[in-house]
Amino acid sequence: MATTVTTNTRERVRGTNTSLGGPRAGGNGGRRGPNGSNGGAPHGGAGPQHYRIGMWMAVASIAMLFAALTSAYVMRAGGSGWDDIQLPSLLWVSTGLIIASSVTIEVARRALRRDEPATYKRWLTISLLLGLGFLISQVLAWRQLVAQGIYLASNPHSSFFYLLTGLHGLHLLGGLLGLSFLLWRTSRTLRDASQQAVQKRRALADAAGIYWHFMDGLWVYLFALLFLWR
Amino acid sequence: MGRVFGALLWLITLLTVWMFVSKKWWLPPAITEHGPAYDRQFMLSITIVGIAFAGAQIALGYMLWRYGARRDDSTRGIYSHGNNRVEMLCAGITFVIFVVMAVFGQTVWASLHFHDAPPGSAQIHVVAQQFQWNFHYPGADGMFGHTDPAKIKDAELNFVGLDETEPAAKDDQVVPVLVVPINRDVELLMTSKDVTHDLWVPELRFKQDVVPGLNIKVHFKPVKTGRFELACAELCGQLHFKMKSFLIVVPEADYQALLQMPQAQFQARITELNKQPLGLPGQVY
Amino acid sequence: MSEAVPMPETHAPAAHGGAVHHHGPPTSFIRKYIFSIDHKVIGIQYLLLAMFSVFIGMVMSVLMRMNLTWPAKHWPLLAKIFPLGAPDGVMTPEFYLSLVTMHGTMMVFFVLTTAPQGGFGNYFLPIQIGAEDMAFPVLNMLSFWVTFVGLVVLVSAIFVESSAAFSISLNAKSALAKFAAKYLGGGGTGTLGPIGGWTGYPPLSALGQSAGPGQGAGVTLWITSIAIFCVASLLGALNFITTLLNMRTRGMSLMRMPLTCWSWFTTAILALLSFPVLLAGGILLLLDRHAGTSFFIPGNLVVSDKLVTEHAGGSPILWQHLFWFFGHPEVYIAILPGMGATSHILSTFARKPIFGYRAMVFAMFAIGLLGFFVWGHHMFLSGMSPYSGMAFSVLTLTIGVPSAIKTFNWLGTLWGGRIRFTVPMLFAIGFVSLFVAGGITGLVLGQTSLDLSMHDTYFVLGHFHLVMGVAAIFGMFAGVYFWFPKMFGRMMNDKLGYIHFWPTFIGVYAIFIPMHVMGLVGMPRRYSSFTEYTFLNKTHPLVMFVTIAVIVTAFTQIIFFFNFFWSLFKGKPAGDNPWEATTLEWAIPSPPPHDNFAGNVPTVYRGAYEFAVPDAPDDYVMQHTPDITVANVPARMAEEGGESAGNGHNGHH
Ligand code: HEA
Ligand code: HEA
Ligand code: CUA
Ligand SMILES: [Cu+2]
Repeated sequence: MATTVTTNTRERVRGTNTSLGGPRAGGNGGRRGPNGSNGGAPHGGAGPQHYRIGMWMAVASIAMLFAALTSAYVMRAGGSGWDDIQLPSLLWVSTGLIIASSVTIEVARRALRRDEPATYKRWLTISLLLGLGFLISQVLAWRQLVAQGIYLASNPHSSFFYLLTGLHGLHLLGGLLGLSFLLWRTSRTLRDASQQAVQKRRALADAAGIYWHFMDGLWVYLFALLFLWR
Repeated sequence: MGRVFGALLWLITLLTVWMFVSKKWWLPPAITEHGPAYDRQFMLSITIVGIAFAGAQIALGYMLWRYGARRDDSTRGIYSHGNNRVEMLCAGITFVIFVVMAVFGQTVWASLHFHDAPPGSAQIHVVAQQFQWNFHYPGADGMFGHTDPAKIKDAELNFVGLDETEPAAKDDQVVPVLVVPINRDVELLMTSKDVTHDLWVPELRFKQDVVPGLNIKVHFKPVKTGRFELACAELCGQLHFKMKSFLIVVPEADYQALLQMPQAQFQARITELNKQPLGLPGQVY
Repeated sequence: MSEAVPMPETHAPAAHGGAVHHHGPPTSFIRKYIFSIDHKVIGIQYLLLAMFSVFIGMVMSVLMRMNLTWPAKHWPLLAKIFPLGAPDGVMTPEFYLSLVTMHGTMMVFFVLTTAPQGGFGNYFLPIQIGAEDMAFPVLNMLSFWVTFVGLVVLVSAIFVESSAAFSISLNAKSALAKFAAKYLGGGGTGTLGPIGGWTGYPPLSALGQSAGPGQGAGVTLWITSIAIFCVASLLGALNFITTLLNMRTRGMSLMRMPLTCWSWFTTAILALLSFPVLLAGGILLLLDRHAGTSFFIPGNLVVSDKLVTEHAGGSPILWQHLFWFFGHPEVYIAILPGMGATSHILSTFARKPIFGYRAMVFAMFAIGLLGFFVWGHHMFLSGMSPYSGMAFSVLTLTIGVPSAIKTFNWLGTLWGGRIRFTVPMLFAIGFVSLFVAGGITGLVLGQTSLDLSMHDTYFVLGHFHLVMGVAAIFGMFAGVYFWFPKMFGRMMNDKLGYIHFWPTFIGVYAIFIPMHVMGLVGMPRRYSSFTEYTFLNKTHPLVMFVTIAVIVTAFTQIIFFFNFFWSLFKGKPAGDNPWEATTLEWAIPSPPPHDNFAGNVPTVYRGAYEFAVPDAPDDYVMQHTPDITVANVPARMAEEGGESAGNGHNGHH
């Protein structure tokens, strides 16, 4: 008795889509060409879904970085020489700005979903400015501290304050560059209305959104940590 | 080639097992109360893992010996994707073995670390520094003088920062050799002046990092007299390999007498003790 | 039985309406070989970087052994090369320690974290899952070049520390030394870099030059190098995960992937979650060294008879937690790709399906997961709470279970096979043997009670050299011999391969088994000389024996390097599938075209290890072979139990 060893069609389709989010997530499922590449990125089939997955991975690793620093913070807070610093009041302003920017970027992202590129661009720009505002506010907060004579090496709390805000700011700066790039790219490619271009635009906007919300959440978390855990 | 390889594996297994079983190179005799328990646990573990090692290598060798493809043999191997039952069985057995080993492997640890030294222990402070050991004895009054890092001056031989004016410190002794009484718990209170060191005497079956900023308390109970080499087992810089001292276990009476001695006599006595040959009395070291 | 319908597949790219633009391969030399974004070129770049590093690391280990064995002997040549590090041709203790540190760092980071993952993973992960490149090719290129910068920074530590010690004078060197002296906390201590060991424990590594030679600029560069390396590894890991999750070709379900892909995937996850922690530690350590903070430096230290007043309250143990939280997963990062390659190669040359595919995948993940909860076993004696020590200890031993499962399955794969003893197969078998030999002593070290005595002795050295120093390296060797034909289109020379294998296999056992018994006697690690202690006297013959074995083994490696470069030009042409293997990389020409499949990405129909399929025309069925008539498969599979169903055989339901 002979049997054919092969796959049925159902299995094959399933096989393609075991990635995060199921078949249709992100609008990429089932769009893969028979040559295995999906979507129209120029090289080797880097499709839209990549940006989301990749961004989640980046977020995971950044989260680990701050988790490690948190554990260092908690452990160090139990040691000696800890001397609470008066956190600059400007941080509240920063917090307001970054939360606002998180809202605006969400508005932008949704506008793109609804195919309103002009609205998208406007809100993206606003988010960018708010982010910039956040950074400026953070720098001013540093200067407030410096004016009080509190420096990086003054005591562990101030060390962690400068370190955590600095690293967060650095990551946010990266985000700002990313947003600028997105803005520039959008202006250039907006006219391309092919399915692929639209998909890619959305994926990029989603990725930017993921990062930005994460930066927002991270800041709120750090703020709480610095304020509450003493 | 499979047979050659298989036979080679068996030969290597044999030589490896010999290297351990011959005991040409083995742990030195233990001198602490927990020593025999340590040695038993070590024997148990090394036997189990030794059997596992030999078993795995012999099995591997057998596969190579038995299942090499012969030239011009067109038959095929067994078309098997595995067997869940065998798999579970093996995993289950190893799990049980490992957990049993893990549980037994805590007993010596627990006996040393899960409770403080019993009252009446001989207390000695250990202050490590690059690249020297300082052992600080309370002297006749049994009280340790207060130490202050700001007072440390190696050039003036004040290695631990004793305040000479303080009464409790007056009779304190600081020497580079560790002398402890037999059959009594010894409690070491250890700290380091600069970087991390580690106090290590193979005969003690015991080792402990000495960490700056921490006061680590450990205790053990020597049950044999003798003189043993004490080494530093944590990288502490250039002369790590030379950070050497001695552990001398003496009878209780000698220890008591030692503690009562004034400084000059104390030092002389230590020097004298440190002249005895290494090892247990009569041991060929 | 006949419900399974054969599905003929059209492969022409045009079928997709020309939506995909294939860029032609780049033509300029720089774009093609230097700043290439082709994963294959990047893979080879990683491999070459690792080969360079392993060579340096190996030479360092030979120097170390020479110093340990003949501590007072004068080597005139050494005096010439290192006038400060080895005046009169006798190495100074700090020179020895810098060798140890650089040897460990090079080997762990720039060999075992690059070649198995960045090298083979980069080259073969996309091909094996049927993708045309990695998900983010530019990121891929970046991660290699960032790694490269890390290596350059590490090597520059040699130059700033050696200063005049290293007589091969470079013009840049003196400038570098000046720069270092000015901005990095001094240099020129006559060593070959820092002397803190690859674990770089503070406060030694944080105090700067007051703590002795080899604590100056070299340490700063060492930390910087590792921080850079962390970033590079993160970029790589992110790319690997995305590629694997999203770029598998049709039919390549997760459970049909070759085990190599699973191992690269698990490794990438480990890297993604552990490297940030080391990065955090590195940043804190740099701040302690240069910004006057006190994360790791406690107060009231008296270093070189001077009270340190700038620091207070830091905790040296904190570094150890951060380092080992990374460090333990790191050792699995080093070994997992080797396990993957070994499984792959064992199955291929035993001409048998892998035994217990599912269990292998499960075990790999279990090792990865548990690996995050056992870091404390490096710190039993650090002054950490004895109760957490106990918890770590129990968890540590359980990690042996998935490792044992893997070992059983390797044996099961060989059982009943028709083993072909090719060179890669020999190394894969060697991997199994060495992994068991090294792994089981981990179970001794993992018990708190026993670590009391064994910690930081040569017993530990024996343990980790067997697993990491050679098992993982054997995985790499196996990979090189196995995939060389695919990568370069030529076979490596078989005879030379055998001549390389036998002395290496015997040699590494001769080197590292005796180290265990030295550890029993009590020999401490990181000692530049064993002459200070009487109790070590009886190990001297062993020390000599080991060193002779090292010299023989190290010289044998020349055969490998020769074979590698010679075969690049003179090897026999390989053909597409010289090993009669099943996975997708063997479905394409050797070396593969620029986009791997020349536009024809195959569809996958079955699991990765279909060897010895009864009544198939050959004794192997490739993953992309559409359909073949096989008699009696269902009956057989029913006998074999549930395992096979998970392998992606859907011939019947
Ligand atoms: C690739 C690298 C690698 C791997 C895979 C491992 C695997 C393991 N390691 Fe190792 N280890 C290192 C690299 C590695 N290690 C390094 C580099 C160091 C030193 C770092 C430094 O200080 O510089 C170290 C140090 C180290 C220590 C600290 C020692 C000390 O400093 O005091 C400990 C303690 O628990 C340990 C334990 C283990 C265990 C339990 C495993 C387990 O995963 C092993 C599991 C494998 C097996 C168990 C074998 C196969 C099983 C069978 C054949 C089944 C049958 C067996 C029985 C029934 C017994 N390792
Ligand atoms: C991958 C890791 C690795 C490898 C391969 C090796 C290889 C060797 N090691 Fe190493 N070693 C470490 C990792 C490694 N080591 C670590 C982490 C430490 C601890 C450092 C510290 O304490 O801080 C250490 C420390 C260490 C010491 C201890 C020093 C001390 O504590 O005082 C010694 C002493 O003899 C030693 C010896 C050797 C020898 C003789 C070899 C070998 O030379 C044996 C022969 C070599 C081979 C068999 C490999 C050849 C490989 C190739 C040619 C690869 C080819 C390339 C490709 C396939 C791409 N090593
Ligand atoms: Cu003190 Cu090593
Ligand atoms: Cu570990």
